[in-house]
Order: sequence, then structure tokens, then C-alpha cells
Amino acid sequence: MSPVDFVVDLLNPDLAFLPKALAVAVMSSIVCGIVGTYVVLRGMAFIGDAVAHAVFPGLAVAFVVSGNLVLGGTIAGVLTAVLVAVFAQNRRLKEDSIIGIFFVAAFAFGIVVISQAPGYAGSLQQFLFGSITGIPDEDLPVIAVTSVVVLAAVLLLNKELVTVSLDRESARALGLRVFWLDLALYVLVTLAVVISVQTIGNILVLALLVTPAATARLLTDRLGVMMLLAPTIGAGAALVGLYVSWSWALPTGGTIVLVLTAVFLAAWTLSPRQGVIGRILARRRPTPSSRDYLPHGTTRSEAAPLAPDLAPEGRP
Amino acid sequence: MTGAAPALEVSDVAVDLGGRRVLQDVDLVVERGELVGLLGPNGAGKTTLLRTVLGLQPAVTGRVLVEGRVARAGRAAIGYVPQRHEFAWDFPISVADVVMTGLTGRLGLLRRPGRREWEAVAEALERVRMADLAERPVGQLSGGQRQRVLVARALALKPAVLLLDEPFTGLDIPTQGLLAALFADLAHEGHAVLMTTHDLLGAIDGADRLALLNRTIVAVGTPAHLAQDTRAWREAFGVGPESALVRMVRSVA
Repeated sequence: MSPVDFVVDLLNPDLAFLPKALAVAVMSSIVCGIVGTYVVLRGMAFIGDAVAHAVFPGLAVAFVVSGNLVLGGTIAGVLTAVLVAVFAQNRRLKEDSIIGIFFVAAFAFGIVVISQAPGYAGSLQQFLFGSITGIPDEDLPVIAVTSVVVLAAVLLLNKELVTVSLDRESARALGLRVFWLDLALYVLVTLAVVISVQTIGNILVLALLVTPAATARLLTDRLGVMMLLAPTIGAGAALVGLYVSWSWALPTGGTIVLVLTAVFLAAWTLSPRQGVIGRILARRRPTPSSRDYLPHGTTRSEAAPLAPDLAPEGRP
Repeated sequence: MTGAAPALEVSDVAVDLGGRRVLQDVDLVVERGELVGLLGPNGAGKTTLLRTVLGLQPAVTGRVLVEGRVARAGRAAIGYVPQRHEFAWDFPISVADVVMTGLTGRLGLLRRPGRREWEAVAEALERVRMADLAERPVGQLSGGQRQRVLVARALALKPAVLLLDEPFTGLDIPTQGLLAALFADLAHEGHAVLMTTHDLLGAIDGADRLALLNRTIVAVGTPAHLAQDTRAWREAFGVGPESALVRMVRSVA
């Protein structure tokens, strides 16, 4: 199918679910890309995965009682995030163990709940792997508003989140409420997951959080640029993925994730500084020898031309 | 001592960690204009004492006064320079932006950095001689440069007290020397600098006063004075009379 046919289908009133799916996929990619920047930079991929699983019981309950899925998922995700944050205060257990306990428990609870619904195999599959046809009209404004709220919160808390991400102890010494900022970030991750789960599915949503941000990290050393690149990459992949899946009748969530992965691999090989090819080229280039304080993996071309510590600095 | 309160005054502080008393009867005064080296073996409570001063670790008894007022995290004029490995150097952020995070607490949730804040950042970077590298991503800096960035971040608040936690760890001798000179300058410009270190020779050479810590302050004094008192060193570090440490201290005296 040519891109023109895809546009024609998007405009076809009989296929109203298609533009809706595209809108939701693009919105969730943008939100996930921006929130995912923090997930990647703080090494929170496991927490992202946990939250993705934790929203499941909320979706299940909402589905069984015919409530709002976004709301149900948010409540369950936030509840689990709070439980993890509270239980992680116990010093004897590391946070990842707590997460391992609660997110599997939440997921198990979701399976038990959804098994009570008639025809549960089909809805289970829809939750786990996503679907582009099942998005109700009333979800669209909810998702749009949620997106705006998440983006506004990131903008508002960015300074604080950066400070905490750099070093928690100093952030505490500066008087920041580190616990509440962590919780706020978990909630933002939860919201990003919840709005994405319907199109891309519960299992694959982690890719939307991690892959665009990780790809962006390979391409820049600036947080601001990364926060623009990640959502752009995510939204582009959502568009291309939806087009490919529609053209060849492939599952949408899986196709979007594979497109994202392809972009990531391209960046990994081709990125001018971090990429494999760039590094090989840099290694071949002759460099003047100087004393080396650089961490492993930093190429010479990035090094300071003159380290001030080597510059003369009169002692009193 | 004149009428003004000292920049940092720790009096009669005791701290429990996990049900165990790790600090007891700690008294320590650091005045503006002096660099005090806090020495002691591993587990002596050096970092705990710094955390207590920062208000991050509650004291069971006693109190910490900063410029005469009770210290609370984020309220007192204390600049904290953590150990270098505590910091996420792989974060994509420039040197100047890192220094700006030193002002996050003061700015509060809603305010964004304005001209005054950027001027404070520029001044702090200038002071540690990192102004040329202000736009560089921190991941590309050398160890000594990284230490300077952390010092600049602490200076952005224009603090009365500067706490340095093991600033020399993992740095080579020339870099240590340049940093030690910077710390001495900062002290003599009017900061009260308290620095934990394992570099005994550097501390004896560069600090105005030394405090030997092992659960409590074993001895305080000028390096020349303390070098005479080998018993204090033996007590603080739990070593014998003919240990390398005692011989080194004696030879410096």
C-alpha cells in the first residue's frame, strides 16, 4: 500500500478508528519519549516495566465493571508505585526486590480479575498486545488531557528532577523532597504507560518508554535536545509503524516497536560520536598524546584540549 | 573568639545508626577563614558527621549551629561537595547547568533561573577556574575537573560553610596539590571549610587545623601541634607506637 492510500484510508469515515489510533499512538509516543528520557537517564527501565505491569489490574477491574480504562490503570499504577516507594524505605531489602514482588503480584491480580469477565481470552490479548480498533471515543479527550498534564508536570519539575538525578544526597542537602520527587516521577511514568497501553499493549509499552530516549541519548549530550529528539523519534516510529502494520496487516504494537528498534540500531551504528562507525574512524585518526584522565569509552576528540588542572595555578 | 557566632559549631552531638552509637560527645568549631581537615579511619564516622551537619542525619543529642542558627537541610548556608562517585557523570548536562542545580533548592518549585542566578553560576565557575569549560558536557571532564565542578556547584549558594567529602580520592598527586591550594584559598577568602580526607600528609601540609575523629573527636589542633601528640594519632587510628603512620607524623613534626 502506498503512503497515499494510507492517507486516503485515514480520511475514510468508515475507518474512523484508524485516525483515532494514529492520534493516540502519536500522543503516547510523545509523552513516553519525554518521560522515558528520565527512565533511561536514571536507569529506571525496570521500574518502567514494573509500572507497565502494575497498571494491568486497574485496566482489568475497569474492564470488568465497564469503567474508564485510563482512570483504572492510573489508580492501580499509582497505588503500586506508592507501595514500592514506601516499602523501599526498608533498608534491608533493595528496591528492585520490592518492585519484583509488587509488580508480579499486581499482574497476577489482574489476570484473576479479568478471568471473571466473559470472553476474557480476547480482551486479555488486547490488553497485552494492544489493538487499534478498540479505542472508545471518550478516551480520546482523556488521553489528550492526560498528555498535557504530564508534559506540564515534567516542565514544572524539570529543574528538581535533574538535581535529584545528578546526586540524591546533595539534592537532599539542598532541601529538596527527594521522596516526593521520586513518587512524582513514578506517577508520570504510570500516566505515560496508561495512555499508551491500549494501542501498543501492556508488554510492549516499555519499548515506547525506553527505546526512543535511549536512541536520543546516543545522538546528543544535551538534556534539552534529548527531550526533543526522543518524542520526535517515538512519534515518527508510531506513524511509520501504523502505516506498515495497516499496509501488511501486521500487529500494530509489535510493528511500532520493531520500527523503533530499527531506528535505535541505526543510531547505534551511525551516530557521529557514540556510534560504532564513528568510534572506529576516531580511533584511526592520529591524536596528540596528552595525559589521560578520561573515563573508558570517551574518545580523544571529545577530550579537553587543555585540562585546567595541568595549567599553572599559583599556590599561595 | 569575638562576639560573632562561629560559622560552624557542633556541640555535644551523638548519632545512632541502625541502633548503634556511631558518634558520641562530638564538639567541633570551624571559623570562617580556616581549613579544617577531618581525619580518621574507615568507620570513624566522618561521613556521618558531615551528614549530621547537613541536617540529613538527626542527632540523638547535641546540636549543630551554622552562623549561630540551628542547621536544617536546605535552610542553612552550607555548601556540600560529595564524593565524586556519588554523582551521575553520564547525565547529558553541561558544566554550567550542573552548577545551576546548586541553586535548585533556593529557587523553589515555580521560579526559573534568572540573571542573578546565572551570574552566581559564572562567578562560581570563575572561582574554580572552570569558566572556559562552562558549556562542556560533564561526562567529558577529567577527575580533577569534575571535583572542581562539584565545588562550584556548592559555591553557587555563596555558603558560609563548605563541606568536602574525600575530595582527593582517585586523583594523582599534582591534581591533589592544585585542588588543595584551591581549598586553602577558599578558606582564606572567608569560607569555613571542613574536609574529610585519607590523605594525611596533604592534610598536615595544607590544613590550618586538624580534627582526629574516631566515634568522637580525639584531638583538635594545628598540624604542628598535633604532630607532637603521637598518642592522639595512635588512639584515633588504633595503631601501634611504631606504625608507619606514627613515624610519618613524627617525622613531619
